[in-house]
Amino acid sequence: MIGPLSALIKTTGFVHLTPGMIFMWIIGLVLIYLAIKKEYEPLLLLPIGFGILLANLPLSGLMTPEHGLLWKFYEYGIHWEIIPPIIFLGIGAFTDFGPLLANPRLIFLGAGAQAGVYVTFFAAHAMGFNIMEAATIGIIGGADGPTTIFLASKLAPQLLGACAVAAYSYMAMVPIIQPPIMRLMTTQAERKIRMKKGRKISKREKLLFPIVSTFLIILLVPASAPLIAMLMLGNLFREAGVVERLKNAAQNELMNIVTIFLGLPIGATMNAQVFLQPKVLFIFGLGLMAFMVSTAFGILLAKTMNLFSSNKINPLLGAAGVSAVPMAARVVHKVGTEADKQNYLLMYAMGPNVAGVIGTVIAAGIFVTLLTP
Amino acid sequence: MATNVMAPMTGKIVRINVEPGETVAEDFEILVIEAMKMETPIYAPCDGMIEKILKKVGDEVEEDDVIALMA
Repeated sequence: MIGPLSALIKTTGFVHLTPGMIFMWIIGLVLIYLAIKKEYEPLLLLPIGFGILLANLPLSGLMTPEHGLLWKFYEYGIHWEIIPPIIFLGIGAFTDFGPLLANPRLIFLGAGAQAGVYVTFFAAHAMGFNIMEAATIGIIGGADGPTTIFLASKLAPQLLGACAVAAYSYMAMVPIIQPPIMRLMTTQAERKIRMKKGRKISKREKLLFPIVSTFLIILLVPASAPLIAMLMLGNLFREAGVVERLKNAAQNELMNIVTIFLGLPIGATMNAQVFLQPKVLFIFGLGLMAFMVSTAFGILLAKTMNLFSSNKINPLLGAAGVSAVPMAARVVHKVGTEADKQNYLLMYAMGPNVAGVIGTVIAAGIFVTLLTP
Repeated sequence: MATNVMAPMTGKIVRINVEPGETVAEDFEILVIEAMKMETPIYAPCDGMIEKILKKVGDEVEEDDVIALMA
């Protein structure tokens, strides 16, 4: 009698639980809590948190190669590089590149804020991460979730879960991380600088933008093609004005559907053996550093540009060069209004902000080109 | 001297806090525009009286549209 009973008990998950798994449950539950209670990127952190819970239930087989349900989501969605480009289609459909075209010199701020990516890349490599892992950690500084996932799946799939969670957490914390750096690095007078109005952008320019930038960027950095192609296609849907339905599908329904299939398997990659390593703490530390360096460098670049131009840029705009759209632009606006209530920086900040998205994709494309054999 | 209260950005008016005839001080929150899923308060550019309000709640405004006149 005892024999069959104990055999039965062994088929349950209970006896296979490890302390690590239970610790991971706590992490999953914390993410779910932050998503629901604090609304930290709930669209991503909620499914990621639940995916973590699932990945740490023994014998479920959900992540078993070839057979597991979540493994299939991961393999065909992320590893095959399908979901991040589809997310970019949606981003393209709701992004207005007008503010960028109105003040083209602000593009430099979007490029400058990628400094954190490279600084962190070298720092992570110096700390013993291999070159592929270091690049993946560095890209967190670009503050772009889909790009981080895209690069991680190509270069360092073992770090994907940690890097994705780090990227999305820091994006959610933009309003906490950035303002102290912004206040520290600018004077009250600088924060009060009001921007000169940019020129008006014609419909034709907005229509030509996605086409011209597709050619330009893909010819320049071919490895960025999957993300740029979809981003610009989405933007073409938006600016063409004749495919309202496709634009709406890309930015609403399709985007929502793939978000579900993105978050869940990312969480599921985070099982106790992979995640509970000292390495992961370094990833979070380095990711935060990447983010802070990017913010600081964007501001410094704006201040440097002011040395050479009489048409002053409000240096706060530099902080919007990280690609957390539109959170970083909102933060710039808020910090700006603390100094001068009537300084409406939001739309100016959208320029470097959307440039930052493109900048991060290009940075990722450069890593892929240089690092994949 | 009449002053225009203008929309600093494209967006939708979600609140108007003043009535014609009301006297406001500079930096008083006259209305709120929603753009990029964020509410942006628009403040009075100077001390004065609201002479006329040209838009209403729910209206979409373009950058530089005149929303109200102040005297």
